[in-house]
Amino acid sequence: MPFDSEVFWAALLSPGYLKGAMITLSLTLISHAAAIAISLPMALILNGSNRVARTLVSGYVLVFRAVPQLLLLLFVWNALPQFIPAFRAPWFSPFLAAWLALSLNEAAYQVEINRAALRAVDHGQGAAGVALGLTPADVFRFVVFPQAARIAIAPTVNEFITLLKITSLASVISLQELMTVTQISVARTFQFSEYYLAALVYYLVMVFTLMAIQKRVERRFAWAGKGMAGMTGAS
Amino acid sequence: MIHMAGVTKRYGPFTALDQVSLDVAQGERIVVCGPSGSGKSTLIRCINGLEHHDEGTISFDGQTLYAPGVSMTRVRRHVGMVFQGFNLFPHLSVIENCILAPKRTRGVTDAEARDLARQYLDRVHILDQADKHPGQLSGGQQQRVAIARALCMEPKAMLFDEPTSALDPEMIGEVLDVMTDLAGTGMTMICVTHEMGFAKRAADRVVFMDRGAVVETAAPGQFFDNPQSERAAAFLRKLLHP
Repeated sequence: MPFDSEVFWAALLSPGYLKGAMITLSLTLISHAAAIAISLPMALILNGSNRVARTLVSGYVLVFRAVPQLLLLLFVWNALPQFIPAFRAPWFSPFLAAWLALSLNEAAYQVEINRAALRAVDHGQGAAGVALGLTPADVFRFVVFPQAARIAIAPTVNEFITLLKITSLASVISLQELMTVTQISVARTFQFSEYYLAALVYYLVMVFTLMAIQKRVERRFAWAGKGMAGMTGAS
Repeated sequence: MIHMAGVTKRYGPFTALDQVSLDVAQGERIVVCGPSGSGKSTLIRCINGLEHHDEGTISFDGQTLYAPGVSMTRVRRHVGMVFQGFNLFPHLSVIENCILAPKRTRGVTDAEARDLARQYLDRVHILDQADKHPGQLSGGQQQRVAIARALCMEPKAMLFDEPTSALDPEMIGEVLDVMTDLAGTGMTMICVTHEMGFAKRAADRVVFMDRGAVVETAAPGQFFDNPQSERAAAFLRKLLHP
């Protein structure tokens, strides 16, 4: 069967593919956003001194790193409604199930990035903020967080790209994301290469765009001049 | 202004400060010196609560540190501190470094904070660099910005923790000049430094510390020319002939 470029272009420009890609992208965005929101306090707890809280968070990280994403997706979609009747309601869509599962999973990875980034900020920075009479919350918000965020950009974008591809697993819970749309098209026509290539183009464009954004953000955070001022050994 | 009585600070089995008592009057300028590990930095870090002492009492401007109802965050707003490693915020411009704390803690507007910052940046002769980032400045310039940043809180006292130790020799002078100027304005100052020239020029008293204790306190002239303790004499010999 020769490569049919007409089929390829039709797939590439079809509303189904575009919609699938949008679902993929939006699921990744909101899952990662939720993961960051969950993982930031967890990172602070892990770097903090509360033993009980630290143990709880460590347990969370251990469990959610150990569970395969596929199992987690299936569990949230099929098993969770067994325990919690609220999830049997029609509003609990595959999209919401995937969001819940991927957020919980991604948070366990993002927490390590956050923790390392927060630790990488020189101790003297916090001390200077405290010495100026800033409240602990302000020291975090204006002094430590912006510097940690810069360090975290590259590994966070890396995680985002990984997550973008992991969303394809949500096809097992019948979410109509990009890979599901592709597989349905292939199953209907057996024109593998045309539909796979169209999907590949979408993934490439999405990842390239992300990397371009990463470069821009990193430049924005580069703060005129190189070096980290105030990083010379404090006493 | 600053009153310390029987202050002890331990790190595990190591006693960093051992029953230290020290009184600093308003407008007084103190130089603290001593061998490394003698507790000089710990001493001044206890005054603004960067370190919490284990025993004894410290009061600042009539407020006893850690007493019920005394907020350390509030006390720190009246005590400026300059660090050995500058500790400027690298993600903020020079002027942003100076206006952050006043804006967040003193209820001043952005314009007021900027006016004040320009005034102090001018006083440390670095106003022309106000929009640069710390990474673009030399060490001496960074330390002068750090002094201006602390002064923007209009503190009642200033603590200096080896402010010139991380600097190249040719930049030490510009920082000491700024500190000498400041000493001339009647600011209460405690400076941990080994700069004898500065001590002679600007200090009212030299406090010599060794192994966590205050060994000797004297006027600079007397201390440098005629130290009373053998440990101070040995320290000065090493300082002069390393």
